[in-house]
Formats: sequence, structure tokens, C-alpha cells
Amino acid sequence: MKIVVLIKQVPDTETKIRIAGDGKHIEETSVTYVINPYDEFAIEAALQLVEKHGGEVTLLSLGSTDSLAPLRTGLAMGADKAILLKVADFRFLDSFSVASHLAGELQKHSWDLILSGKKAVDTDAEQVGSLVAMLLGIPVITSIKNLTLDGSQVTCQRDVEGGTETVTCQLPALLTCDKGLGEPRYPNLKGIMMAKKKPLDEVDLGSGGVSSSITALVYPPQKPGGRIIGEGAAAAAECARLLREEAKVI
Amino acid sequence: MSTILFFAEHRDSELRKTVAELASVAAQLAGKTGGEACGIMVGPGSSELAPQLGKFGISRVITINADHLAAYSTTAYARAVTNLISSRQPRVLLFTASSTGRDLAPAVAGLNRTCVYTDCTRIDLEDSDLILQRPVFAGKALLDIRDTASLAIVSLRPNSFPVREQDTTPVIEAFDSGISTADVQVKVTGFAPLAAARPELTEADIIVSGGRGMGGPDKFATIEALADTLEAAVGASRAVVDAGWRPHADQVGQTGKTVSPKLYIACGISGAIQHLAGMSSSKVIVAINKDPEAPIFKVATYGIVGDLFEVVPELDKELKKLL
Repeated sequence: MKIVVLIKQVPDTETKIRIAGDGKHIEETSVTYVINPYDEFAIEAALQLVEKHGGEVTLLSLGSTDSLAPLRTGLAMGADKAILLKVADFRFLDSFSVASHLAGELQKHSWDLILSGKKAVDTDAEQVGSLVAMLLGIPVITSIKNLTLDGSQVTCQRDVEGGTETVTCQLPALLTCDKGLGEPRYPNLKGIMMAKKKPLDEVDLGSGGVSSSITALVYPPQKPGGRIIGEGAAAAAECARLLREEAKVI
Repeated sequence: MSTILFFAEHRDSELRKTVAELASVAAQLAGKTGGEACGIMVGPGSSELAPQLGKFGISRVITINADHLAAYSTTAYARAVTNLISSRQPRVLLFTASSTGRDLAPAVAGLNRTCVYTDCTRIDLEDSDLILQRPVFAGKALLDIRDTASLAIVSLRPNSFPVREQDTTPVIEAFDSGISTADVQVKVTGFAPLAAARPELTEADIIVSGGRGMGGPDKFATIEALADTLEAAVGASRAVVDAGWRPHADQVGQTGKTVSPKLYIACGISGAIQHLAGMSSSKVIVAINKDPEAPIFKVATYGIVGDLFEVVPELDKELKKLL
């Protein structure tokens, strides 16, 4: 089977975000970049599926040349090929434009299943996978925590309010991945060496740009914090009183 | 004069809790433009529940019902809502950023060749410009947005907007979905409810959360007792979920759930950036930790330095006196 995994390069979750002078971008210096954590679950799920059912995994990313590194990491994990759609300023490009570019590329290839992370941890927009599925006219199941394949039927589970749903659809389909699909494997040295020989194609899409509806990137208001009201069990009575009388939350 | 549509979720013959704030926001936005706020309800039970939206000043509820819409299915519901959009040409379509909202809003957006403004914490209309704010980088920054398109699809962060009650009797209108069984591409074949009958984390007013300081799975009974007293949800840090002490559904944080309760009580949680990302929009934060240097104390409204196994039972006792 042929699986395509959509991945995005994002700042590491430890990153202290600093807003650049133009007020719309983040300062990119001294930021560590990684594969979007949710996309790693998607890569792992894809690799497990081809280990079980045979086939190949292609990684597809819309990003800048900085995104080559996460693609190489994905190849080192075991994916077979990678495609980078190069856009200069991609991080806050509007999600529909991103999805359109990805769908356009996907239409040039044959595949049975597309996987992506449920959301990118920089934009938290949580939609590119679904937008791609709608553009391609295929079913989508979001935020899956496990999946099994039986012929062309996919069965997934996802957490919703109050419990877990079991959901099915037919291939071809797009699934977005949450935690639970399996710990993403670390690329080993052999994988890293082999990755250098695997196809990594670059397609130049030109300049991107921040979505035109974004007027500013700002810091959240500083919340007053840091008030220690006491030590040990003796502080409990005061805490209860403050919650009732000052904070008025109980 | 703009039409504001909002998707009112319901389950088991009840409106979902967050519909109150969604309807309130829709009514307020419609008021600004002299337009109409209309609730959309899909599936069986819609017409019976629709009148309840009148409590929030909603003058019209559009119900969409058909056999093949009996169960939620992404593409079928998205196509039905899209047919309604074509018919009503709303300026804004609102969802709650619930599980359903996070699934349905992007599908509707894709069919309408636009994107969603996901998980917004502020919304306003200035003439026909939609002003929004939404957290990014797990809340470490906020995006300010001005949308000037003809249609904006927005999901609102739960528990983030005030509820305004103003009694009306809505007109209830049935809309033909235009959907057939061929549109039902995804089927829900099972649902396993969570064991404990606690509020859903993303909707909870009060959350008591445990971190690595809890020491083990059986120790959670201490904070569960406090949660019972407060009728609260129980959350967990990533460390605790990774250790297998609590399920992933309980995880609060950047790779877990984002919560906005009135009160968040963090027990034995150090306050890693990724955890704070999930709970920093809590109105009041209480932190209980043995380590006075724990980063959580910097964001806590009230911090108590001490052994949580001594503090929590005492806090439970003191709160019981007040409640």
C-alpha cells in the first residue's frame, strides 16, 4: 500500500517565543526546529502499517529549506521518499492555501492513505488535514489514537467528550493522528546513513507570507502570579477563604 | 445586516453545556449588525430542544433532520451545513472548539474553500469586519485577526465567553439537508463511555490536577476526594500519563487538552512550559508543591508550599465547611 504522511517543521515545544520587530513573525534565531510532534505519531503509524501490510511511505511537507532536516529525520525513521514544497514564509500562511498546495501535489501521485498530525503545535490551527481531505473528496477521521486496516476498511478510535468512539471508513481516506498510535521510533545510525540515498525532491512554490487576515502577533497579558499564601496544611483554611471571598470561584 | 449562524450541539436529549456561551456570542454579534443570530441543530431531537435557545435571545433555530443524519458523520454534516450556508449566506458561522467542533468546522471550511479561525478567545464585529484573537504556540503568543471576507468560520474556546440570558421564543424552521446516504462516508460504530461521571475537562468549571508529585496511580484517590467535594474534573500532567498512572484523555498540556476552568488546582505539578500551555487561561490557579522553586508558583494565584498529602485533605475539609 502507498501511504503519504504530511509533516510540518515547527519550533520545539521548549522554545521561548519572542516576537520579531515586524510584529507578525517570531524571532527565528536560536530556535530549535523539530518535526511537529503529532506528525511523528503519523510517521510511526505509517511505518507500522507498511511493516504489517507492505508498501511504501512518502513524506510530504510544505515549508522552507529548513524543513529539509525534519524530512531527512523522517527518512531516517524509515520512510521511503520525501517531497518538499518550498515556500519562503510558510509558518503563518493561511491554512487553506497550505492545504491547496498539498492537495495539488497529492493529485499528481497515487496513494491509498494519507496521514497527518492532528494539528501543528505552532499555529494550533488544527485543520490542514481536513481541508486536504475535502479538496481531494475523500473521507477524513480526525484525532485518531489507534487504527487497524482490514482490506480497504479502516477502523479507528478517537477520544471525544465523555468517552472513546470507534469510527470506520473506506480507503482512500485521510486520518489525522493524536497521541496513542505508538511511540515514534528514534532514527538509528543505519537509518540516518540510508536516508542520504533516499529520494528527496524539492518543488519551488515561491514566496508565501503571513495570512492577510493576521494583523499582529502579540504576547498574552502578564497574569499576576507568584503569591505564596502559606506553608503546609496550616495554609488550607486561608486558601479556602480566599477562593470564596477574594477570587469568588467557589 | 449580517446573519450569524452557530452550530448548537446536543447529545442524549440535552443541549451541550457550551451552547449557552456560543448562543450568547452569536446574539451579541447579531445585535451589533442589526442582523439575525440563528442556531443550527442537526439530527433527531433538534426540534424538541430548539426552543431552549430562546433563553439566550436567539430568534431563529434551523433544524436539519434526516435518517442518515441520525448519527454524527463528518462529511454528511459538513455538506448539510454547507447547503445551509449557500442558502443563508451568513457573515459568520460559529462552532465551539469541542471534539465535534474541531472535526466539523474544518470540513465545512474545506467545502467552502476557506479556513477556520480555531479556538478563538475573543470575537467582535466592527461593521462587517470580524475581529478575533486566538492563541498560538500553545498560548505563548496570541494572533490578532481582522477578517474582511464574506464568510468567516470560527470555533470558540469553551468556557471563555459570558453567558447572557434574554428570553425569546425562537421561530423554528426545518431545512432540507440535501444529503443522501452516499454522503455518509464515515460511520461511528461504537462508543465506550468513560468510567467516572465527572465533568468533561474542556468544559469543567473546576479542575483538580495531579503531577509527578502524586507518586503513583493509587495516590490519586487523595485528589479525587477533593474533586468530588468541588464537583470537579480530574486532570493530569504529561509525566503522569507517560508513566501510565492516568489515561491520555486526562492529560492537560500542549500535547493534551487545553482547559479554561474558573479554578485549576495543581497538586504536585512542577509547571513545565508545556503543562502551563494547557491551563494558563484558567481564571484562578492554586498550586500545591513541596518545592518552593517550582515554576508553577510563578503563575499561581495562590501558592501553598507543602506536602500535598497533608495540604489536600485539609483543603478538602476547609472547603466542605464553606460549601
